[in-house]
Amino acid sequence: MSAGTATTALRAQQDRGRKAAQNREKWAQGRTYISAVVVLIWCLAPAYWMVVTAFREVGFTYDTSILPTHVTLDNFNTAFDTSFGNRFGQALLNSIFIGVVVTLVSLLIGVFAAYALARLNFRFKYLVLGFILGASMFPGVALITPLFQLFTNIGWMGTYQALIIPNISFVLPLTVYTMTSFFREMPWELEESARVDGCTQGQAFRKVILPLAAPAIFTTAILAFISSWNEFLIASQLSSDATQPVTVAIASFAGAQPNQIPYTAIMAAGTIVTIPLVILVLVFQRKIVAGLTAGAVK
Amino acid sequence: MKSPKFLLPAAAAGVLALTLSACGGGGGTTGGGGGDAEQGLDGRGPITYVQGKDNSNVVRPLIEKWNAAHPNEKVTFKEQTDAADQQHDDLVQNYQAKNPNYDVASVDVVWTAEFAAKGWLQPLKDKMAVDTKGMLEPTIEAGSYKGTLYAAPVSSDGGILYYRKDLVPTPPKTWDEMMQMCSVAKANNIGCYAGQFKKYEGLTVNASEAINSFGGSVLDKDGKPSLNTPEAKTGLENLAKAYADGNIPKEAITYQEEEGRQAFQDGKLLFHRNWPYVYNLATTEASSKVKDVLGMTALPGADGPGASSLGGHSAAVSVYSKNKATALDFVKFLTAEEQQKFFATQGSLAPVLGSLYEDKELVAKLPYLPVLKTSIENAVPRPVSPFYPAVTKAIQENAYSAIKGEKTVESALSDMQKSIESASAGQ
Amino acid sequence: MSTELGPTPVKSPASGGTPIHHGPKGVGEDNKILSQGKWASWLLAPTIIALAVVIVYPIISALVMSFQKDAGLDPVTGLFTAGGPAGVQNYVNWLAQQCSAPGGGTVACPPGTLGAQFWSATATTFFFTVVTVTLETVLGFWMALIMARTFRGRSLVRAAVLVPWAIPTAVTAKLWLFIFAFEGIANKLFNTTILWTGSEWPAKWAVIIADVWKTTPFMALLILAGLQMIPAEVYEAAKVDGATTWQRFRMITLPLVKPALMVAVLFRTLDALRMFDLPYILTGGANNTTTLSILVINQIRQGFNAAAALSTITFIIIFLVAFIFVRFLGANVVEQSGATGKGKK
Repeated sequence: MSAGTATTALRAQQDRGRKAAQNREKWAQGRTYISAVVVLIWCLAPAYWMVVTAFREVGFTYDTSILPTHVTLDNFNTAFDTSFGNRFGQALLNSIFIGVVVTLVSLLIGVFAAYALARLNFRFKYLVLGFILGASMFPGVALITPLFQLFTNIGWMGTYQALIIPNISFVLPLTVYTMTSFFREMPWELEESARVDGCTQGQAFRKVILPLAAPAIFTTAILAFISSWNEFLIASQLSSDATQPVTVAIASFAGAQPNQIPYTAIMAAGTIVTIPLVILVLVFQRKIVAGLTAGAVK
Repeated sequence: MKSPKFLLPAAAAGVLALTLSACGGGGGTTGGGGGDAEQGLDGRGPITYVQGKDNSNVVRPLIEKWNAAHPNEKVTFKEQTDAADQQHDDLVQNYQAKNPNYDVASVDVVWTAEFAAKGWLQPLKDKMAVDTKGMLEPTIEAGSYKGTLYAAPVSSDGGILYYRKDLVPTPPKTWDEMMQMCSVAKANNIGCYAGQFKKYEGLTVNASEAINSFGGSVLDKDGKPSLNTPEAKTGLENLAKAYADGNIPKEAITYQEEEGRQAFQDGKLLFHRNWPYVYNLATTEASSKVKDVLGMTALPGADGPGASSLGGHSAAVSVYSKNKATALDFVKFLTAEEQQKFFATQGSLAPVLGSLYEDKELVAKLPYLPVLKTSIENAVPRPVSPFYPAVTKAIQENAYSAIKGEKTVESALSDMQKSIESASAGQ
Repeated sequence: MSTELGPTPVKSPASGGTPIHHGPKGVGEDNKILSQGKWASWLLAPTIIALAVVIVYPIISALVMSFQKDAGLDPVTGLFTAGGPAGVQNYVNWLAQQCSAPGGGTVACPPGTLGAQFWSATATTFFFTVVTVTLETVLGFWMALIMARTFRGRSLVRAAVLVPWAIPTAVTAKLWLFIFAFEGIANKLFNTTILWTGSEWPAKWAVIIADVWKTTPFMALLILAGLQMIPAEVYEAAKVDGATTWQRFRMITLPLVKPALMVAVLFRTLDALRMFDLPYILTGGANNTTTLSILVINQIRQGFNAAAALSTITFIIIFLVAFIFVRFLGANVVEQSGATGKGKK
């Protein structure tokens, strides 16, 4: 009898212990979910408000119903409407053009530097790396005063080159830094083995290294493009109507009347600017996170 | 950078940079020399007209009209951006480069003094004189620097007091009357008065209006600050007192034109100072609650209409222009009655010719014109100073603190005075 | 930029970017480093030259400008005249908040001049930096801890945190300006009538909230990357030893994440010190939200040369902060950049 009850009691105790553990587990899980929901709301609610406002009639700009009301597509037409002096469509093209040029130039130049920093041993390596890193943290305002004067004197104010060149100053270091980190992680042994297998240096590079490096370069390109796309300080001072990127266009969006700030159209424009980035970010989420954590600044 | 060798390339880059910046010159200095600029006074030929964004398509038709009449002196339109800062910088850049192709430019009233002091604008006197008869006096003042006309007034703008006809049948004529009527606002549980009191250019406009309306002035005739006067004090005190009393609702401290208009249209304000553009929106927008009860009158002053700050643009001839005779003709063309009328009907731009404000056809289309005329006639140009950016900054900073009660009106005015003196003293 | 950047003819780097003197084992280590150095110089040259042009040139140019006077007005003609050399006057003026006096010489800058704002702008910049970076670190850590757990929908959360990061700052600023409008959703939701941009503290908090919203994700992801490098066995072992959650966090998580955390904090700090877009659009710098960057931009149109001096001062301040971080707080950025990878020995 005693032995039987003892085992039952023990089992019951164990059960209780397990249940408590399960409960604790459940509770922890519950807390995680609550936290996750809080994070989701914190991150998405303002963005949601932008989208809701973008679809609201202009007469009801300050409507504060949480759900969409007075839904309309007009704001998107207004955003692209050029009759009030806004050139949002042009600005989109400008941003894309500037972003692509800056990205390509930075990649072309930076890939060599990244390779050297990741793969070669040489004196002053850390000094060079430090210099490049320092460059990426360089404050934009320290560039702008001399450039403002220089570009005024040589008539470059408002030109594309006046926007592209300063952008390179922060995109190039970022590119080099990110790619260096990527290159360090690449299995370079494969290059050796390919050569042992009879590949020439060139073949080894083309057939083994390039495919391996491509994702890294691609991710770096996305990050470079995004940081150029987001630039505001320099463009706000050095661009003109014809060359201004979307960030400046949105910040100075004008309404049908002087002094009118068409928030609904601004939110529509903001939505248009953001959505491609959000899609890009969601599709390449893993890679971008890898790139960011590899040492990107922005 | 310990290795001296390492410094070599950096030093080389430095030398390069030094040379480059030496060629760049020392910033915005030096005016156009006499001999050079005299040239081209009789020059005729194609010219360029530079202006900000032609939003309501008024400039193009006018230029076409001119070109049809002057096939040998055609005008090319160089359209700038919509943003005032960018227009300013574009003009500076081209004047600095002595670009002969910026023959005639549309200049904001607040830039005239700066450009004139830099020696970039052809004085419109003697051979180059423009007939200013019939133009509203304040608009001429706004185009002048040190007593010489540098830019011919083309369009103007002034403040209007909007009010609720349903609540106050007779609008106030003076500031004190308006303040007394605030009891009506209180009874209806709405705000009484608001202008633009956020810390930005609009506050310069509103604070100068308050000061000018009571006989004060920001700058005297010689361009020296003159703010330590009882008149200036009364003016600014009115705003500060109204804010402290709650006659100016506390949220008005965040208002630019749009926020104020929104509040007024929502029926939350009894009186509202704003520009003529509000008329159209407040009478047509679906959400407007004041459509049928919108009244307009001149800004209230000490014992009659107040002194509005003046907006608008003038046309100036560049000293670097090669065809100044044509340029002058074109300026005269822009300021002629026919074109002025076109600006008003097509672009809703306030004319500079007094006669047009009584034009029946125009008044029918733009019912605010008679009120606006009073406003502009009594207007005072915003302070004409080559250091306008510093002047407006000084007014904004100190008026803002004074209105919010963070410092006394006296010390705000004396700080304004000192700031402007210091800016004009140069570095 | 290294000294090996010599004229020695080497095969074009375009041949694949791999070192041709990939020395067989027989070659001495010194020689190997030397030949690699030659290669490295060629590969690094374009980057270094490009950065020299876009960064070193402006620094030097700004320095030259900062020792020049801005143009002044000739009292007789009313025309501007060139300023001439200024020595260190521009710097002294900023640091001592001195402005030109009407009769020559200088006086303390009266309120309402940009010169009177130097120290308040510096204080504001550091205030923003300390508060935002602290908040972002704490919140970022919290988010990272959540994202490090396994639960269904985790990838959704990880994707969502990237949304604020992906929205351009200028758009973010406009969005929060709209949210914080007097009649905007923020006041409505919390049933308040705060004038967010109308007085000092709400305006500062508006900037801080917007900045924290926008950049916490970046922080969270960097910290998450650090968290994931901690092997799970370490935690298991600690659990077996009976360590509480807090002890585990303090004794394991924190020290192991510290290197990654320090780098993240350094990046964010330097970024926050040059904050411009958000306050510029959100408050226009009113109510004591003018940062050093905004002050420089405001000064540009009042005088290039004084602006150049101010931008140089800003640069030096940021440089000093970075130096202190790296030197005393052990944020070893250079080595950390390799730490996430397998690393070279």
